Amino acid sequence: MSVQIWTYVFVFLTFSLYIGIAIWSRASSTKEFYVAGGNVPPLANGMATAADWMSAASFISMAGLISFLGRDGAFYLMGWTGGYVLLALLLAPYLRKFGKFTVPDFIGDRYYSRPARLIAVFCAIVISFVYVCGQMQGAGIVFSRFLEVDITVGVVIGMAIVFFYAVLGGMKGITYTQVAQYCVLIFAFMVPAIFISIQMTGQAIPQIGFGSELLDGSGYLLDRLDGLSQELGFPTYTDGHRSTQDVFFITAALMFGTAGLPHVIIRFFTVPNVRDARKSAGYALVFIAILYTTAPAVAAFAKTNLINTVNNIEYTAMPEWFSKWETTNLISFDDKNGDGRIQYVGDPDTNELEVNRDIMVLANPEIAGLPNWVVALVAAGALAAALSTAAGLLLVISTSVAHDFLKRSFMPDITEKQELRYARISIFIAVLVAGYFGINPPAYVAQVVAFAFGLAAASFFPAIVMGIFNKRMNKEGAIAGMLAGFGFTAMYIIYFRFINPAADNAEGWWFGISPEGIGTLGTMANLAVAYTVSKFTDEPPAEVQKIVENIRLPGES
Amino acid sequence: MSDNSAQNYWKANIKIVLSLLSVWFFISFGCGILFVDALDTIQFGGFKFGFWIAQQGSIFVFVALILIYIRLMDKLDDSYNQKSSQVSSTETAGESE
Repeated sequence: MSVQIWTYVFVFLTFSLYIGIAIWSRASSTKEFYVAGGNVPPLANGMATAADWMSAASFISMAGLISFLGRDGAFYLMGWTGGYVLLALLLAPYLRKFGKFTVPDFIGDRYYSRPARLIAVFCAIVISFVYVCGQMQGAGIVFSRFLEVDITVGVVIGMAIVFFYAVLGGMKGITYTQVAQYCVLIFAFMVPAIFISIQMTGQAIPQIGFGSELLDGSGYLLDRLDGLSQELGFPTYTDGHRSTQDVFFITAALMFGTAGLPHVIIRFFTVPNVRDARKSAGYALVFIAILYTTAPAVAAFAKTNLINTVNNIEYTAMPEWFSKWETTNLISFDDKNGDGRIQYVGDPDTNELEVNRDIMVLANPEIAGLPNWVVALVAAGALAAALSTAAGLLLVISTSVAHDFLKRSFMPDITEKQELRYARISIFIAVLVAGYFGINPPAYVAQVVAFAFGLAAASFFPAIVMGIFNKRMNKEGAIAGMLAGFGFTAMYIIYFRFINPAADNAEGWWFGISPEGIGTLGTMANLAVAYTVSKFTDEPPAEVQKIVENIRLPGES
Repeated sequence: MSDNSAQNYWKANIKIVLSLLSVWFFISFGCGILFVDALDTIQFGGFKFGFWIAQQGSIFVFVALILIYIRLMDKLDDSYNQKSSQVSSTETAGESE
């Protein structure tokens, strides 16, 4: 069977599974819709959290990015997993003890203020929208390449599926589909990695194959990759090429941002109690680590394979996958010296091949010549990763609008039924808008994603941490801090990415910190401003201090 | 529950969190970024040690940290729940789930 038929089979099977789960787990109350009734077992929540959080970026892009960044790519690996430690130790248990539905709920109640709640609603919606657009774009790439349908058709199919189970099941439907999607995506990521690891090093475990000798007798994989890179004029793979302070700040920004992402935080509202919240954070990181420790191995395998397959080989001898990716414009070949062979080298003047980083994971099994069903599996896994994250994000948008914006801020008298209807309507609108941006992606999506992390890092993370660990923190401090952190981060990114892109380099940046890493300074600014302002204003009312005392203690909420 | 045991609980909690976070900082920002070049001079298997910490080792440590956190906190919760039910007999077993 061809790759295309296999892909149809896998996509059909997995999508039917998701729809089946959605019908089985319909939500009938707002509590079920927002937090799945609050009785998800920790193991299931761990899987759902892992799928929720590992997006199209983790599945499709990350290994590719690492294979072009070399050692510096560690900021993605450490940033996105290290942030999880912060989430598990500083946020998850206390927010579960607090026991409401959303992140703006916490900000609004803890800081006893409607403006604070509305700022949180605004941040949650902006962060989630930016993210959703990225997911839809990822789904679009997979559909157009593997099913060879128009991107528009692909995005519409994806949106229809997400819409179906998110509107019907709310958090309950999303949770159990995410459990299924985690299984699909981790299987789809690991099978090709194991195949390639055996093929290249004879080791079945990719994490070990990563540090093993190649079967063709050319020594350790990483030494060989360093050698190839040097020969062709690429930067050495295992050395760092960015400044230490930039890597430091980017890692920190990704960590604080990860811990502040609202769609991940709300997953911890769905378990029965604090103990289970901690346990499910542990499960989630274990499930995430399986993919995250495999990704750097995949990056090194893919880069070595790519160089060996294409460099100095005749263009006409390229396998079928090469021309298929060419039609999506994600690979392009320009025969500059007219010898009919592909020169893939570091020098931009003589290099003849441009490879988009996003295709490394998707094309990897084909480059390695793996069986068709493995290639098709990767497509199904990438879709699972994109759809699971998109669903979680859409739920954040819907709860922010229906619960925090309408019910808690402006229309406190609506009944539960009405609130549920508004929640479904806002998911519907959010799906349409996200679909539009999936089909007509703004050219700067990748850049705006850095913005989302910086924003989450500079707004939510400090406000929540101080809300728990500093009893004296009041609404004046928190609001001033969020505005300062958010404003500073947004201005820095907008300045270098949109107003003055010419200065977007190590000389132009402040202290050599790139816009990706500026969220770290934004976080610091938030903390400093909030602390100072709270010192000069009244302490929070007694009942709020009671709330803080209560969330610090164990037991039922 | 007495204020005293609540305060002790919170202090013990902070101590656990801070000690785990200092390991977290040392491994990721320390070994993975600041001292990575020095550690790269050590070769183990096919890896330079600093490179391995940055791309894989740190993640294993993160997993271990969360698992240790779960154990320590569960223990702390148990002893707190025992104490607080001794202090006030009106506290029911509902606290300990």
